[in-house]
Amino acid sequence: MALAQGRHDATEARLATLRAPSGAGWAQVARGDALARLRATGLPERRDEYWKYTRPDRLTSADAPRAAIFDTDETPLYDDIDRLRIVFVDGVFDADASDDLSLAGIEIERLGTATSADIHWVRDLYGVLETRGQTPVARPLAALNTAMATDGIVIRATGRAAKPVSLVYLHKSEVSDAILHHCIKIESGADLTVLENGPAAARFNKVMEVDVADGGAFHHVRAQGRDHERQAVTHIFARLGTESTFKSFTMTVNGVLTRNEAIVELTGDNAVAHVAGAIVGDTDFHHDDTVFITHDAVNCESRQVFKKVLRNGATGVFQGKILVKADAQKTDGYQISQALLLDDDAQFYAKPELEIYADDVICSHGSTTGAIDEDAMFYLRSRGVPKGEAQDLLVLAFLAEAIEEIEDKAIADDILARLDAWLIRHRRA
Amino acid sequence: MLEIKNLHVKLEEEDKAILKGVDLSVGAGEVHAIMGPNGSGKSTMSYVLSGRDGYEVTAGSAALLGKDILAMEPEERAAAGLFLAFQYPVEIPGVGNMTFLRTALNAQRKARGEEEMSAAEFLKLIRAKAKDLQIDADMLKRPVNMGFSGGEKKRNEILQMAILEPKMCILDETDSGLDVDAMKLVASGVNALRDAGRSFLVITHYQRLLDHIVPDVVHIMHDGRIIKTGGADLALEVERNGYADILGEVA
Repeated sequence: MALAQGRHDATEARLATLRAPSGAGWAQVARGDALARLRATGLPERRDEYWKYTRPDRLTSADAPRAAIFDTDETPLYDDIDRLRIVFVDGVFDADASDDLSLAGIEIERLGTATSADIHWVRDLYGVLETRGQTPVARPLAALNTAMATDGIVIRATGRAAKPVSLVYLHKSEVSDAILHHCIKIESGADLTVLENGPAAARFNKVMEVDVADGGAFHHVRAQGRDHERQAVTHIFARLGTESTFKSFTMTVNGVLTRNEAIVELTGDNAVAHVAGAIVGDTDFHHDDTVFITHDAVNCESRQVFKKVLRNGATGVFQGKILVKADAQKTDGYQISQALLLDDDAQFYAKPELEIYADDVICSHGSTTGAIDEDAMFYLRSRGVPKGEAQDLLVLAFLAEAIEEIEDKAIADDILARLDAWLIRHRRA
Repeated sequence: MLEIKNLHVKLEEEDKAILKGVDLSVGAGEVHAIMGPNGSGKSTMSYVLSGRDGYEVTAGSAALLGKDILAMEPEERAAAGLFLAFQYPVEIPGVGNMTFLRTALNAQRKARGEEEMSAAEFLKLIRAKAKDLQIDADMLKRPVNMGFSGGEKKRNEILQMAILEPKMCILDETDSGLDVDAMKLVASGVNALRDAGRSFLVITHYQRLLDHIVPDVVHIMHDGRIIKTGGADLALEVERNGYADILGEVA
C-alpha cells in the first residue's frame, strides 16, 4: 500500500538530510533492507496509535531542533568505577578521549570498521534483531537508524569481561543530530556490563542490538544526560537464549523529549529479562518508556519496573506489553509502572498490555498515579526532618524498587547520589 | 514547660469547633494525664500542638519553654523539643528505620546549631536504646513501621523518643492496641526517660496505663474543654464510676 503523501514527503525530507555510510557488501544490503522497511511504513506521525501519547514530530523532522549545551559542575558519573571508557562527541567516536579498545574477555570494534569487514557475528546481528522487532509493531525510527547510522561500537563477549564497558556521550554542538548503532553479542556463558551516560547530542537516535547466547549475562545501566533541551529516541533490541540473563536500568533526569523503547524476546527456556527505569522530570519534560517483551520459551521470567517523578508541566508515558506465546508455559511476567506527581500540573499516561496464549502462566501488572503521602510527610516532619528533606526521602523511597534492579552496589550508589543531587537542586520552598 | 491558654481550634474544612478554650500548664519534670470520653478533643489537641495541617487556631496560645509554637513548622517544633508519640504510627515503605532516625536526629541537631552525629556514634546509641525496648536489629533495618505489630509500632515510638530526647513528650493513646506485657514495656521505656528537665502529657481513655506511668496531675477533658483537674486519684475515680458522674457534677 502506498504511503499517504504527507507521510511520504516527511520521510523523504528526513532522508534527504542523511547519507548512508559506505561499507562491505553485506552491510550495504542490510542498510538497503532497512531503508526499504522505513519507506514501507514511513516515519511515525502523531495520529499513529503507538505514538498516541508522545508527539514524534521533533524526532522525525528533517533537521534537529537546537539544544543548548548544559554546563555542569558535577563529578562525572561512574567516576570511581573501574571501566573501559569509549567516548562519542556528538555521535562521533573520539579515539583520543577513549581508552584502548582492548579488554580481556571481549572484542571491540568501531562500527565503521566492523561493517567494512566481514565479521560473521556482526553480519548475523546488524539490523537482524531490529528487523525481528518490527513485528507486530513497526518501529520506523529504528529502521532509519540501521539504514543511516554513522557510528557505533560492536562488542563480542567471549568470557567474563574484566570490567564494564562505559559508553560516554558528550554533547558539544548545539545542532548535532547523532545516529549511533551498537551491536553486542554475548557468547555462551559470557558476562558483560555496559554503562552509558551523557546527553549525546541535540538530537540522538540510538539502537542497541543485544544477542545473549545460552547461559550468557548482560547488564546495562544507562543515565540519560541532563541537558534540558536535548531529545532522544532509543531502541534496545534483545534476544535471549536458554538460561541467559538480560538486565537493563535507565535513569533519566531532564531532557525535553525522550522515547526509550525496549524490545526483548525470550527465545530459550529459563531466561530472565528485567527492564527498569527511574525518571525525574521538572517543567518542560516528556518521557516515554515503551516496552515489548515476548515470551517464546518455557519457564522464563520478565520484570518491568518503571517509576516516574513528575512536576510542573512534566509528562510521563508508559506503554508496556507482555506477549506470552502458546508454547511459553510457566512464564512469570511482572510489570509495574508508577508515577508520583509532585503537583497538580504533571501528567502520566500508562498503557499496560498483556496478551497471553499459554494457559500455565503467572502474569501481573499494575499502574498507579499518586501524590506524596501527606501522613508520611507529617510523620517525618514531626520528628524534625525539614519539609524539603522529608519529601526527598519519600521520593527516593518511591524510586527504590527501580534502583534495586541495578545489581552492582557501587553503580547503584552512584545513580542514587545523582538522583539525590537532582532532588536537592529542584527543591521548592 | 508547656503553657496553653484559652486555646480555641476549629477544623479548617468545615465550621466545626473542636477545642473551646483549653487552659493547661505543665511544669518541668511533671507528668500530666488527659482523660476523657471519645470526641472530647484530646487527639485534636495533640495534633494542633505538633502542627498537623487541617486545623485552624481561632483564639488562644501555646508556648513551649516560653516560645510560641503555634506559628512554627512541625519540624521547628520538634527541634524546639516537642515530640508526639502517634496513636497510629505511620508506615513508610522504602525509608529504612535507621536512616529515618539518623536523619531526624541530625536535622534537629543542625536546627539547634549543634554538631551532627557520625554514623558510628549513632549506631552505638541506637543499639543501646533499642536493646532496652527489646527492639531487634531486624526491626531497625526494616522500612519505618512496615510489617511491625501494634506493639512493635508503639515501642518504635518510644525508641524515637529515647533517641531524640525531647523536652515535652505527648503520648496520644499509646496504650491502645497493647496487651498487658507490651504496655508494661512501653511504660518502663517512658519511665526511664522521666527526669527533671522533661515533661509528659499522656492522653488516654483508660486508667490502666496510669498504673504504670503514674501522673502528677490528671485532667478530664469534655467537649473541647478541661472540666476537672486533680491528682492521680482522679483517674481511679473515672475507672470506678465512668465519666458520667464527673460530667454530671460539672454540669
